[in-house]
Amino acid sequence: MEKLSFSKEELERYSRHLIIPEFNIEGQKKLKAAKVLVVGSGGLGSPLLLYLTAAGVGTIGIVDFDVVDSSNLQRQVLFGEENVGEAKVDAAKKRLSALNPHIKIITYNTHLNNQNALDIIKDYDVVADGTDNFPTRYLVNDACVLLDKVNVYASIFRFEGQASVFNQLQEDGTRGPNYRDLFPSPPPPGLVPSCAEGGVIGVLPGILGSIQANEVIKVISGVGETLSGRLFLFDAASFETRTLKVQKSPTNPLNGENPSQTELIDYQQFCGVGIEEDVALSENVVKPISVEAFLELKQSGEDYQLIDVREAFEFEIAEMGGELIPLATIAQNADRISKDKKVIIHCKAGKRSADAIKTLQSTYGFTNLYNLEGGILAWAEKADTALARY
Amino acid sequence: MARIIIPTPLRKFTSNQANFEAEGKTVSEAILALTTSYGNLKQHLVDDEGKLRSFVRVYLGDEDINVLQKEATPIEKDSIISIIPAIAGGIA
Repeated sequence: MEKLSFSKEELERYSRHLIIPEFNIEGQKKLKAAKVLVVGSGGLGSPLLLYLTAAGVGTIGIVDFDVVDSSNLQRQVLFGEENVGEAKVDAAKKRLSALNPHIKIITYNTHLNNQNALDIIKDYDVVADGTDNFPTRYLVNDACVLLDKVNVYASIFRFEGQASVFNQLQEDGTRGPNYRDLFPSPPPPGLVPSCAEGGVIGVLPGILGSIQANEVIKVISGVGETLSGRLFLFDAASFETRTLKVQKSPTNPLNGENPSQTELIDYQQFCGVGIEEDVALSENVVKPISVEAFLELKQSGEDYQLIDVREAFEFEIAEMGGELIPLATIAQNADRISKDKKVIIHCKAGKRSADAIKTLQSTYGFTNLYNLEGGILAWAEKADTALARY
Repeated sequence: MARIIIPTPLRKFTSNQANFEAEGKTVSEAILALTTSYGNLKQHLVDDEGKLRSFVRVYLGDEDINVLQKEATPIEKDSIISIIPAIAGGIA
């Protein structure tokens, strides 16, 4: 650490850190020596990466498999119009290098999975989790616990955000609580809103990602009290904040009283992703209809009914002529659905319409329902390109 | 009456209400009052025997009820009960 020195340019750049009495040049040296891995360069990752780069974290790794899409720009402030279609890690590296040339940026244009996670994470001191799905949340957490890394966590949904610091070394030499102490297992897929029902107010990841960046800097510098052992909750709609205590659980499979897990597992299976569909196949088959087949049906002159199970506000964005019956009201509107002709049911991408069909088949005995594959997004891509894809 | 704060992902079952004023002497009774008012919410919070599901965290003030008396934790008129959902960020 003593060997680290700063150039004149760096001293000037970081001067507002250096003149904070409890942070000073020692804090700045710790940032420069630190290696932070940011998983996901989306809504949370954008402010995280911008602030960590600006603050002078010496080595920053970025994991993301995705390319920039125009629907990202509402919140992913790392990217601009010119980056649409570009790999996120490449666009991010360009932007961050331009922001601060003193930082070493390492990119991983890949999905983090149970084959590569330990290998990627082992070289870093702190991981900041800005992912958007349960399997990767548990993967990041478990890898951090197995490798003794700090996991700085934030998560968002619509107007609501959560943040915490997991697995931080405490003064007594033990590690603080981790994600599995808070949520031992994920909710089954059917009980959480699907991606198409999600949505997020664009500023919220900016707020939570900035909180995450602040916690990363506190973890590295040792200045202040981190969110270790606490869960911060923020409701941007009501502007209510709460900070709750997180306790270590004796039944934590990684580091509880009787640890049972010593390596990474299959997180897709753990989170039930894909299982629901298997059950559906054996018990309650949802018949698919492709966009192409639906086009043929329309042209054939055969009578049919088209039902749209999305929400009214989605219908406002784009619609394809269906009768709007939101999924939550499908049961009470079952009498509006024909049993005498083919009924095509669609949503945004096919998940909610499949749920609607399962309900209608199992409870009301329908046998004439077809799920439009890929939903209105596929329709907009293949049949009506004038429709907005959202 | 105690106030239960409903997290965003569950508000579609409470007609978008973020708060619920619950009668009851314990956390369990307050949750029962909530799920009686909003029947569709029930399966997301409790199992068939009325026990809280493992993926739902319930807090009284800033304490996890698991370190208090779990569902039997007594509540006061001004208690704030929080239901904490696991949220992943958009893709379930």
